[in-house]
Amino acid sequence: MQFNRKDLLGLEDLSSESIKLILDTADNFKEVLSRKIKKVPALRGVTIANVFYEPSTRTRMSFELAEKRLSADVINFSKATSSVKKGETLRDTLENIQAMKVDIVVMRHGSSGAHKFLSEFLEASIVNAGDGQHAHPTQALLDMMTLRERWGTFTSKRVTIIGDILHSRVARSNIWGLTKMGAKVTVCGPPTMMPAAVEKLGVGGVKVEYDLRRAIREADAINILRIQLERQDATLFPSMREYFEVFGISNDVLKSAPEHCIVMHPGPMNRGVEIAQEVADGKQAVILPQVTNGVAVRMAVLFLIAGGKVEENDLQ
Amino acid sequence: MIKWKDKREFWITGAKLADPEAGKIKSGSVLIQKGRISELAWQGAVQSDLPQLDIGGLVLSPGFIDIHTHLREPGYEEKETIETGTAAAAAGGYTAVVCMANTEPVVDDPSIVKFILEKSAQVSHCRVYITAALTRNLEGVHINEYHLLREAGAVALSDDGKFVVDSRVMRSALEYARIYNLPVIAHCEDTFLTAGALMNESYSSTRLGLKGTPAAAEEIAVARDVRLAELTGSRLHVAHVSTAGAVELIKKAKRKGVPVTAEASPHHLTLDDTMLETYDRNLKVNPPLRDKKDIEALRSGLREGTIDCIATDHAPHTEIDKQVEFDFAPPGIMGLETAFAQLNTELVDGVEFSLVDLIRLLTIKPAQTLSLPGGKLARGEPADLVLIDPDEEWVLEKAALRSKSSNTPLLGKKFRGRVQGVFLEGKWESAIL
Repeated sequence: MQFNRKDLLGLEDLSSESIKLILDTADNFKEVLSRKIKKVPALRGVTIANVFYEPSTRTRMSFELAEKRLSADVINFSKATSSVKKGETLRDTLENIQAMKVDIVVMRHGSSGAHKFLSEFLEASIVNAGDGQHAHPTQALLDMMTLRERWGTFTSKRVTIIGDILHSRVARSNIWGLTKMGAKVTVCGPPTMMPAAVEKLGVGGVKVEYDLRRAIREADAINILRIQLERQDATLFPSMREYFEVFGISNDVLKSAPEHCIVMHPGPMNRGVEIAQEVADGKQAVILPQVTNGVAVRMAVLFLIAGGKVEENDLQ
Repeated sequence: MIKWKDKREFWITGAKLADPEAGKIKSGSVLIQKGRISELAWQGAVQSDLPQLDIGGLVLSPGFIDIHTHLREPGYEEKETIETGTAAAAAGGYTAVVCMANTEPVVDDPSIVKFILEKSAQVSHCRVYITAALTRNLEGVHINEYHLLREAGAVALSDDGKFVVDSRVMRSALEYARIYNLPVIAHCEDTFLTAGALMNESYSSTRLGLKGTPAAAEEIAVARDVRLAELTGSRLHVAHVSTAGAVELIKKAKRKGVPVTAEASPHHLTLDDTMLETYDRNLKVNPPLRDKKDIEALRSGLREGTIDCIATDHAPHTEIDKQVEFDFAPPGIMGLETAFAQLNTELVDGVEFSLVDLIRLLTIKPAQTLSLPGGKLARGEPADLVLIDPDEEWVLEKAALRSKSSNTPLLGKKFRGRVQGVFLEGKWESAIL
């Protein structure tokens, strides 16, 4: 199967076959990462720009490493922006970067739809590293890769996503990706952090649950979202301690879930707020394997976007 | 395309004449003399030595009147000017527009009213009436000099674009406006509930990750203003009604005899929030595009008279303004050049909604809403007329727009029904280049 896509803007418009292809390709690249020499020539001569309009450590490092493992040439650009008034427009910046003969742009931007906007006129491929509250496809893909490694399948599995669903692009991309692959999704969080008509999201919709213990009772995995302390909107929840009391995952709470339940977190964690210390470091947690898989998934996405088919020699 | 060399006295023959007051369209001829309608002939051939313009069965109606236009001059001439905005109006079949006060400087001083009137007299392609600001600099704090503004020529008052947050100020403005009989046009949104919002709150906003505002934000504000109109007995006109709940509130108020009127915009009557999935900045507008159920409620509000008229909220913005991230694009959709064609295509089905129903909502009804002249097909009225081919199919092209801007989501759209041009005081201006 060929990927045949210029851009990766989100998972909503990907077929389950395409998602499977990415995950299969990522499995192949993961093997490369365990070698002593962790580099393949697959994207030699391909130039990739990492353009970050929002601060990021993990995603950015992960993309950069993925690019270097594939032997691509890499340039980085980062700029905090909160208003269009300040300086050059997004369009001009990206057209300038493209004029330097860049093949792929990996971008994170605080505005939902910024990548869609750029894709209207950019010839370079665009890979979405997060747009506003809309989508974060590679995060969802690495979450799914981590789950598939342990499950072998998504059929009849249930994932419960916990926390600030309203502002979360991670939640949205996970919902689309997981439901397309046949998993069921429950979302749980305070009603102030639930977006309108959230139950309709994904293929066949999701279950909405406000009681945390009930929400995880049948969960094969839970994905705990980061509470954004910097948001400080006093209307979302009254205090950190109340949040932890009601929606935080402690060892005691986790007992309500099946023993085999996998614990995920996209990071960075607020230990003691949405996730207890003992859970973050516990046996059920796969938080660091998620990070490892992040590199493999991004290698797969970049490789497929660049038009690659996995041949034996790409892996050598 | 009609080519017509202007004459001072002539007959327009072979017309289907639309009479908005009577709600009828019938064949006839009109005699234009000195810029006025001096004769209406309903049957037979016209026996006269005067020149005759045979329009071959097209519809001739009083010119459209838009009571909600942003001409942008003074201050935002890069978006639109009095000249280009009124040219767009004429191309859309309008012979009069009422321009909004959110210019730079704001229309809160008689000198600005005079400037717009004087400039219009020189360059305008249609009549221009002026809405002055309700409060100084649209800040919602200090009420303006309504007497002086009316003396200068203002016909209505509005802080359009901004909600008057302080209820005490709104009450005071309504009370003070009453002695001048100036309608107060309310822009209704609870600004706490709309803060940071980019679209209607719905499944679509959830899916697109765009911050939504609930219909309740508009309805809370409509409820307050309608209640204040009842308290003060002053004329309130609700601008750009967009939700089913707001229609319901206005309906109840009217039933109680509150002096309230309302308008709906062509975009709220035809476009819904699911269309935003392309993140098209030309669909970003305030109030936002709503649900299909809201569209239905607005349409039945028009049919039953709860919504008094159609007003475009023509809000031009440059390509530079709109070629940015959705978050940063200013809200606004142009409407003057597309209103008739869009509504004729989408609303007029000959069953629930006839052509003359639409014409009424674009002529006599807006005139009555703000107590303006015009909108009538009668002897002695100014010969401000629009010529329509209700069946012509055409495609909207950017190059054909007269407006200085092109922020419409309708480019490339195929329409049924086209304005051929207008007579302004008997002077012909073709809509088709």
